Amino acid sequence: MLLAFAILLLFQCLGEVVVFALKLPIPGPVAGMLLLLAVLLWSPKLMSKLEATANELLRHLALLFVPAGVGIIVSASSLQGHWIAVIASVLTSTVLTLVVTAFVMRYLMSKKSGELEQNDAH
Amino acid sequence: MLTNVPDFFKLWVYLSASPLLGLTLTICAYVTALWIFNRSRYSPLVNPVAVSILIIVLVLKAAKMPYQEYFSGAQFVHFLLGPATVALAIPLARQLPKAKHLFYPVLAGLVAGSCTAIISAVSSVMLLGGSYQLAMSIAPKSVTTPIAMAVSEKLGGLPSLTAVMVIATGITGAIIGNAIFNLMRIESHQIRGFSLGVAAHGIGTARAFQVSSEMGAFSGLAMGLNGVLTAFLAPWLVPLLVPQ
Repeated sequence: MLLAFAILLLFQCLGEVVVFALKLPIPGPVAGMLLLLAVLLWSPKLMSKLEATANELLRHLALLFVPAGVGIIVSASSLQGHWIAVIASVLTSTVLTLVVTAFVMRYLMSKKSGELEQNDAH
Repeated sequence: MLTNVPDFFKLWVYLSASPLLGLTLTICAYVTALWIFNRSRYSPLVNPVAVSILIIVLVLKAAKMPYQEYFSGAQFVHFLLGPATVALAIPLARQLPKAKHLFYPVLAGLVAGSCTAIISAVSSVMLLGGSYQLAMSIAPKSVTTPIAMAVSEKLGGLPSLTAVMVIATGITGAIIGNAIFNLMRIESHQIRGFSLGVAAHGIGTARAFQVSSEMGAFSGLAMGLNGVLTAFLAPWLVPLLVPQ
């Protein structure tokens, strides 16, 4: 568990270094995730050492958003009177994004499996 | 009784000066929120992030505890977000080899969802009479907070306002996602997870992991990809929508 945690922190540091050196517009941990993903795809042996700790951490991912969320709600006074426009826009846009993404993926995936079936028939 | 009051006051001053109180409050609020979530038979309406935040905000208000004091303890939990984001690589590496044939659906879903999130947020704020600054602040609302705040600043929005909208979007997506997918009769956890990650970033991903590791992996993938895409896309797309 400690080894897994060390590896995760090491990749987070590595991500920060890459982001800083290349002036990328993404956060260090996201870069660290992409680097670790590349390493895992290249050598899957590392996976067994990380899996238990990673799953435990991700099981409680929701908890990790709480402190920042509290800070943001405490400072939500910056919205001053725009409440209705913001709530309506957030709701509309979130529904549309979910529907469009899911619709496009389903359309392309069913088309693909349809093609496969056709190929099987030939 | 009266002599006890100063003693209690001293104890309170002592405790609130140490990080212990903020950390204890965070974990206890989350355990309570999880208990409510379990009792409701996993109803997405009682989202554990939203319930925890509500409990803590109420306690802080009642105890007149400033956020900085609370965060001195809560930062230990907050810090784990970094390693947890890196850890998303593990379920991803498990799922990706199985999902090679999904390259085009994933790519098309990402681009369509990312554009929809930006365009619909900006145009509905403008239609509802919001200011230029409000429209710029809401544009990156579907991506993870640090990226969204940087994009908002680049566009001329208010990063602190963006942070509020990012959290609101995440919680909204986590709450309504299930109902929308059921209405659309979408069963695939790959599609459910990916759509939730595009629309509702990390909070959507946390919700996805409550359902299945496959849904979580696809949500994490979408969150990472949409973060990167929005960082490049928004500064170019938004000025086309709203001429300054």
